[in-house]
Amino acid sequence: MLAVTAVAFLMFRYVGDPVRAMAREDSSVEERQELARALGLDQPVAVQYGKFVARVVALDFGISYRNHRPVAALIGERLPATLEIVFVATVLALAFGVPLGVLCALRPDGLAARAVQAVSLIGISTPTFVVGIALILVFAVTLKVLPSFGRGEVVTLGWWTTGFLTPSGIASLVLPSVTLCLFQMTLIMRLVRSEMIDVLSTDYIRFARARGLPRRYIHFKLALRNALMPVITVTGLQIGSLVAFAIVTETVFQWPGMGLLFIQAIYFVDIPVMAAYLLFVGFLFVFLNTVVDVLYALVDPRLRVRS
Amino acid sequence: MSATPLALEIVDLRVEYPMADGTAFVAVDGVSVSIAPGEIHALVGESGAGKTTVGNAVMGLLEAPGRVTGGAMRIAGVVVDPATGRAPGIEPGRDIGAIFQDPMTSLNPLFTVESQITETLRHHLGMDRRQSSAKALDLLRAVGIPEPERRLRAYPHQLSGGQRQRVVIAAALSCNPRLLVADEPTTALDVSIQSQILKLLRGLADDRGLGILLVTHNMGVVAEIADRVTIMHRGVAVESGPVVEVLDAPRHDYARSLIGAVPRIDVTLPRFAVPGEEAEAAEGARAELRRRAGEQTGAAEGELLRVEDLVVDYRGRGGSFRAVDGVGFSVRAGEVFGLVGESGCGKTTIANAIAGLVKPTAGRVLHRGRPIAAAGTRRPLQMIFQDPYSSLNARMRVGATLVEPILFYRLAASAREAAEDAALLLEAVGLERTAVERYPHAFSGGQRQRISIARALSARPSLLICDEPTSSLDVSIQAQILNLLKDLRDATGLTLLLISHDLAVIRQMCDRVAVMKAGRIVEEAPTETLFGAPTHAYTRELLSLVPSPRPKRRTA
Amino acid sequence: MRVPGSVIVAGIVATLMILAAIVAPAIAPYDPTDMATYNLIDSELPPVWTGEGDARFPLGTDNQGRDLLSAIIYGARVSVGIGGAAVLLAATIGVSLGLLAGYFGGWIDAVVMRAGDIIMSFPTILLALLVSGLARALMPDGGSVGWTPFILIGAIAIHDWVQYARTVRAAAMVEGAKDYVKAARVIGLPGRRIMLHHILPNVMSPVLVIATINLAGAVLTEATLSFLGVGMPPNYPSLGTLIRIGNEFVFSGIWWIALFPAITLVILVLAVNMVGDHLRDRFNPKLRGRS
Repeated sequence: MLAVTAVAFLMFRYVGDPVRAMAREDSSVEERQELARALGLDQPVAVQYGKFVARVVALDFGISYRNHRPVAALIGERLPATLEIVFVATVLALAFGVPLGVLCALRPDGLAARAVQAVSLIGISTPTFVVGIALILVFAVTLKVLPSFGRGEVVTLGWWTTGFLTPSGIASLVLPSVTLCLFQMTLIMRLVRSEMIDVLSTDYIRFARARGLPRRYIHFKLALRNALMPVITVTGLQIGSLVAFAIVTETVFQWPGMGLLFIQAIYFVDIPVMAAYLLFVGFLFVFLNTVVDVLYALVDPRLRVRS
Repeated sequence: MSATPLALEIVDLRVEYPMADGTAFVAVDGVSVSIAPGEIHALVGESGAGKTTVGNAVMGLLEAPGRVTGGAMRIAGVVVDPATGRAPGIEPGRDIGAIFQDPMTSLNPLFTVESQITETLRHHLGMDRRQSSAKALDLLRAVGIPEPERRLRAYPHQLSGGQRQRVVIAAALSCNPRLLVADEPTTALDVSIQSQILKLLRGLADDRGLGILLVTHNMGVVAEIADRVTIMHRGVAVESGPVVEVLDAPRHDYARSLIGAVPRIDVTLPRFAVPGEEAEAAEGARAELRRRAGEQTGAAEGELLRVEDLVVDYRGRGGSFRAVDGVGFSVRAGEVFGLVGESGCGKTTIANAIAGLVKPTAGRVLHRGRPIAAAGTRRPLQMIFQDPYSSLNARMRVGATLVEPILFYRLAASAREAAEDAALLLEAVGLERTAVERYPHAFSGGQRQRISIARALSARPSLLICDEPTSSLDVSIQAQILNLLKDLRDATGLTLLLISHDLAVIRQMCDRVAVMKAGRIVEEAPTETLFGAPTHAYTRELLSLVPSPRPKRRTA
Repeated sequence: MRVPGSVIVAGIVATLMILAAIVAPAIAPYDPTDMATYNLIDSELPPVWTGEGDARFPLGTDNQGRDLLSAIIYGARVSVGIGGAAVLLAATIGVSLGLLAGYFGGWIDAVVMRAGDIIMSFPTILLALLVSGLARALMPDGGSVGWTPFILIGAIAIHDWVQYARTVRAAAMVEGAKDYVKAARVIGLPGRRIMLHHILPNVMSPVLVIATINLAGAVLTEATLSFLGVGMPPNYPSLGTLIRIGNEFVFSGIWWIALFPAITLVILVLAVNMVGDHLRDRFNPKLRGRS
């Protein structure tokens, strides 16, 4: 996490010239120096870094160069939109990925397994934006059943805005979250499949068979539990990637989330927004890591005793 | 006495694995075995003999393409349907139990001991939670686990290897089966735990009238607890009968050579009685090696290696662990010195420290009175390892592997001369000269171990450190390799430091022996003295635990 | 082990497409980077089989009257070139660092793996966006177009090397604990020779597998960056850039500008992935012998 703040700080401090970005075109040298002092740019680097970390802790990420609003407020507005599609995508990915993976592992030569395997290969070979465009073409342009951009009507709950409570909000969620979940789903499916195949060939499953336990019990009560252990890690960590992949999805669907904010920040070299986004992703990763560790300790007895 | 049916009766069993080209590999060919209640029948043989396949066929657990293509099986008097591998009314798990080799992997790490025992009870006997729980506790008591109430709620990783194997046995016996298939049940265990588990199995057979099909490669285990034995070779049962008869007076050639290859702990023999087709080229090659060795070092007399107050600590996460704790000994030129002890006693660490693979924390290693430290002083100390499959670089031809040290130490004037030396070394270890052209995968385990020996010799060492050189080999191959090491010693005056957990191997090979326990040497003596009159309590205990391949107790 | 027919087909398709990309100037009807060859009169012509197209442009033209077929062939060349270079760069860095970390351990290992962990905590796309965004910010005038391919290669490789380093490190540690390496050490061979002569050849098979799968990934990442508008510019387009251009016209019913580059991209990546998948199953001893 410290490394992330350091990178973000270096970016903030040395990339681009905030004075040039914020001052008017015709400002004089004196005005510019005044502005630099106001921004604290005349102090030693270590002091600046210390202040930077202090501001970050206080959720003060500075002011966007582009639209001159506090970055924290911008992110706060956009956060719910991104988290909602990420959440829906994760749920969808797990709901379809796990059963399909198990199916492929139990009947690796079956027709269904082969079909799923083939589709999954196409799935990981198709870039997210192509999927998005294809879905728009089919459902929005041709069939005209689902909206192709925006969040629809949202309901504001405190500082959170949600699309879950209105029909148009839910309809708007469908295409982006399906697009976003496909890659993750493929990943989970393949992972469950290979883990399950591995687990089914272990000695303890052989021993369970030798004790004459029923197949369904062995597969779903015993083996699936072992096979799902790494799925916890991967799903957890993949949520981080989903947030990043949301950049692409949000661009395709003009979804007003953080990804769109970030990509616009890149076009306009809006360093504070980029730095804040980076910090957010870094924080999210550390947070998810911790959650995964805790979950692991809860389900794996080998870790439970050690900790 | 024909009221109770035989626990298992196999007549002319044939198991085939269909191959891709349409032919079939016959894994088991016409094997017959019968086991009365309370009887232990051992199925012995080397790897690939088909003994495990017989066990799997009985359990109905043959791996996918394999199937029973002939013969008949009866379990507890009920005929097994060859098509399904099942006998009506006989449930695997309820009427047949099974235990496997490795207790570390036989239990599911995510479930408690209790749940793994009770799930079987609930499924087969329809017990409820409370009944099955109480029964599980009884079972743990029956298999002799200390503090059974506490162990019930433990997870497998909280138990030692011996305790896990007891849990496995408890789970296998939970529904009171009439037959137990035990596939190498003690192979992964140390001798002291092995002896406890064997006692437990014998007791279960005697007390419960359990018939046990014991699959093993270890003649000592057979002699210790089995009533009858069937010796298998390439899918065929070559000899079968009461243990005393078969082990003492084998009639079949293969049975005789197999039993002759088993190192004996009760008497020292000059050589293993195995058919060894020694080429004449080997004699000549060894004589040439001897001539060179003489040129190089002069007379080999006196002390060759001295280890003084050796201490080796391993630093781990939770602090440091002292693997070797103040060990000292000396090895005389031309002798075979043995280091013996159970796993984890530090014997391999000593070998690694002498060979320079591990840095000692304290103490010195002296070769001919000079400390071994920098590169260049290493050449006279070479080493061979346990696993023949990982000890050769799979991407290098055998010739290149042998030539590398020769050129590195400039022991030959030219690359051609080095290649000639490599071929000579291969002859000396009993291989063809043409082996230089091939890659390691073309050779069997025993042949690879010969190549490893040749590679070690290519640096012209005065001391050869042998770390469990035959532990992963079949017993007849082991006998050949041990014979080879002896021959090389006799022919070239090489000194050997032999490290082994197998007391019988040590007895057959060594002139002097040091016994290790927990990082220290507890007793050091000439071999005959140590085996004849051990003075330290630990040595006596170890010797008493080793199952002797001479049958002693049972008269079936 | 028998190679399934589908994998053979995939191999042939991948090879042909990569070859076509390499010799693009020889087979493409026009040079799409030469603005003099396009004419706005020809813009947005549909594919020839729709009946409204022009025989000169079999797959139609884009909004500037550029021949789509030529643009796709050249686009594939850019995509494959950048992807291949990124894989090469990542593999070189990753294998070297992984080998050092795995064989020597200690602080080298700690530093390399720590750096890898930090980098892996950022998804590829995000890191590549950051790198290219920063590169644009650092270079005056948004970075000149000539540098863009190198920025993209760097942006992709900065993430991908970690995978090689981790795999090679793990393999080198496994190999390093094997007896043949111990034997080489007992013989007294120097560390450099053991690493290059004994360990490296034994860890190369997983590297090949990763490289194949990564080629597919790198092509995708490049396409995504170009689609997002931080990759190749429209006058020197990759497949991703073409899809970006086409995306703006999807709503107006001009589907071919986006569709054909997208199909090309998917087929290319799919073919490479199928080969990679097969190689992986083949080199994975756990799955060997199973279907």
